[in-house]
Order: sequence, then structure tokens, then C-alpha cells
Amino acid sequence: MIEIDEHLCKGCDICIEFCPLKVFEKSEKLNRKGYYVPLVACEDECVGCRLCELLCPEFAIIVTNE
Amino acid sequence: MEEYRHRLMDYVREEIMPHRFCTGCGCGTVLNAFVNAVEGVGLSPAKMVCVSGIGCSSWIPSPYFRSDTLHTTHGRPIAFATGVKIMRPDLTVIVIAGDGDVAGIGGNHLIHAARRNIDLSVFMVNNMIYGMTGGQVAPTTPYGVKTSTTPHNNVEPAFKVAELVMTAGASYVARWTTYHVFPLMESMQNAIRKRGFSFIEIVSQCPDNYGRRIGLRTAVEFLHQFKEKAVRIDKTAGMSEAELADRIIIGKLCDRERPEFTAELHALTRRIVAALKQEQPA
Ligand SMILES: Cc1ncc(C[n+]2csc(CCOP(=O)(O)OP(=O)(O)O)c2C)c(N)n1
Ligand code: SF4
Ligand code: SF4
Ligand code: SF4
Ligand SMILES: [Mg+2]
Repeated sequence: MIEIDEHLCKGCDICIEFCPLKVFEKSEKLNRKGYYVPLVACEDECVGCRLCELLCPEFAIIVTNE
Repeated sequence: MEEYRHRLMDYVREEIMPHRFCTGCGCGTVLNAFVNAVEGVGLSPAKMVCVSGIGCSSWIPSPYFRSDTLHTTHGRPIAFATGVKIMRPDLTVIVIAGDGDVAGIGGNHLIHAARRNIDLSVFMVNNMIYGMTGGQVAPTTPYGVKTSTTPHNNVEPAFKVAELVMTAGASYVARWTTYHVFPLMESMQNAIRKRGFSFIEIVSQCPDNYGRRIGLRTAVEFLHQFKEKAVRIDKTAGMSEAELADRIIIGKLCDRERPEFTAELHALTRRIVAALKQEQPA
């Protein structure tokens, strides 16, 4: 499962760009600091590799194995 | 709304998150890799002292990592860390600081700590610039780049810091980038476990004060560049200096056993004290 802690995200788009399975998408959703938070668009595609979790500069992505 | 908590939040000072680094700054990714590495080696932060200097990168351990920290003066974290390690060899002592700090103003501390092979792990965040102060040229800025102090272009070549530290005598030296996060994290684990001086040069992005000067506005653009420019060290054998000039050599440069400074020093002290006691029985 993928969760984004929207309060921590700064909208750098690294996860959107580098997830090998393109799980994330740009969204129109602004967090309270004014950053665009990505959308977890195709969670079913996720293989749990945790690349997004480790690349994220903000500890904003939480990948849980299920 | 449901709240989610990162599994490694206990290792960072959650109460001051989100951190102050700019959007997409590599410092955040280095903190992430570091926390994962510490958890991976099973090291308790209570057994660590993290030492930093002055600069954005120096904020990675202090204030954000939850261990005892020494936030020291610009260029001097290795000097302070040397003192900590000599007095408390039982603690794991880690320096995290920037290229300007470690290789610029602190360059002499770096090469002599490597020569002594003191048991420290130094993680130098090389964003190729003085980030915090607004983008002045660093000894690691590539040739030809315009910075706020080289407005026409930089006429100095960049230091190859990892190679320098290896030549100076360190036990473990590697270079990675903030794109290569899994090998970076593994390398941090090896560096922490290694007895002797360990050094990782982490090529990182400063989109705000470096990127905008070289036409890379976002972290995404930087990471693509790191990916494209990177060449594994074992693939460089047949490559000329010209071919390698614009590349980032990644991987482990050395991993070797050499006498370690604190162990040598304490053994010497014990020997001398024992000899003195024999000469002058109580
Ligand atoms: C003795 C001294 N000289 C200069 C400064 C000003 N200063 C603060 S941070 C910095 C450079 C930081 O560059 P770096 O270490 O690469 O860190 P970054 O911000 O790029 O992560 C300088 C020159 C200072 N604080 N102290
Ligand atoms: S990598 Fe992290 S900070 Fe960047 S957009 Fe994704 S969730 Fe947000
Ligand atoms: S864990 Fe891997 S596959 Fe899943 S979203 Fe993150 S990067 Fe993509
Ligand atoms: S100025 Fe550069 S190094 Fe400093 S926080 Fe911003 S992006 Fe990071
Ligand atoms: Mg710097």
C-alpha cells in the first residue's frame, strides 16, 4: 500500500518521474503549504520496490507490504 | 482524516518536520538514506554522535537526526569529531557536511584525518556550490560554470574529492549520487561498519542556488542528469581522461584494512603507562 503524507510533501515530483511503474500522477490538490501533492493513481501496479520511499526528500511516502 | 506515520520517524526530529530544505533538495534524500542505513546496521542513535559544520548539508544531522549532535563551526566538523572519537572510542562518530565545508575551508582536516585513518564516517554532500550563502563558487564547482562569485565563468577545475581522500590513506571511499539511493544506503552501512576512516562523496542537487545557474531548475532534471552522467568505476578502465571529464564516477573506490588511529593511540598510551608503573612500583 502507498500513502503520501500530504503535510510533509513539497511537490518535487521525484516520485511521479522515477517510479518505474508510474504509480503516481500530478494532481490539482494543494496542501496547506501550497504544494501540489501527487496522486496515487494506480496503486495496483505497485511492486513494493520502495524506490519512491527512499528517493523522497520529505519522508512523505509510506510503502507498506501487503 | 487518517494520519500515516513513516516507519523511520523515530530517527528524526519529527516535531520540526517538514524540514527547512528547499523543494527537491538532495539534503532530504541524504537524510532519508542515512536514517535507512542506521536502521539497517541496527545501530542505536544513543551510541552515536553526529557532527556537522555550517551549510545546508550540515543541517542533515543537526537538527534533523535524533542523536547527540555537535553543530560546529564552518570547516571544522572533522576536527571536533576527532576529539570526540579519541575520548569516546566506544561511540560511532559520523560527520555529515557540505562540499564547501569539508573540501573547501576544511580541506586540510579532511586529508589529515584520512591519512591518520581515524575511525570516523564522513558523508560529504557535494552539491558543487556554497548553497546556504547564495551560490558562490566552491572548490567542487565544475570548470566553466557561472556562479555568483564567478559571473563570467569558473576558470578553476573541480576537486576530485573521493580520489583525494583515497590517496590520503582512508580505509573506505565511495562516490554515489542522490539518484543512486539503494547503493548509497548500502554504502553508508558499509562505511559505518568499517573500522578506519570512511568517506562517501554524495553528488547531490541544490536546485535553488546551483540548478538555476546551470539551467537545471528542478530536482527531476538533476536526477536525470546524475543518471546519465554516472559511470560505474569498474567500467572506467578503458576510458580516457577526456571521456571521463564530464562523467560522475560512481561506486566503491577502495575498501582496505589499515591501522586505525585511535586504536594505535590508546595502545601506545597503555604501553607507556604500563612501562612507567614497572619503573616506579607503588
Ligand atoms: C569561517 C566562516 N567562513 C564563511 C562562512 C559563511 N558560510 C556559511 S555556509 C558557507 C558555505 C556552505 O557551503 P557548503 O559547505 O557546500 O554547504 P551547502 O550549503 O552547499 O550544503 C559559507 C561560506 C562561515 N559561516 N564561517
Ligand atoms: S517525492 Fe515526496 S515530496 Fe516529492 S512529490 Fe513525491 S511525495 Fe512529494
Ligand atoms: S514502491 Fe516502487 S513500484 Fe511502488 S510506487 Fe514506489 S517506486 Fe513505484
Ligand atoms: S539552498 Fe540548495 S542546498 Fe540549501 S536547502 Fe536550498 S536547495 Fe538545498
Ligand atoms: Mg555545497
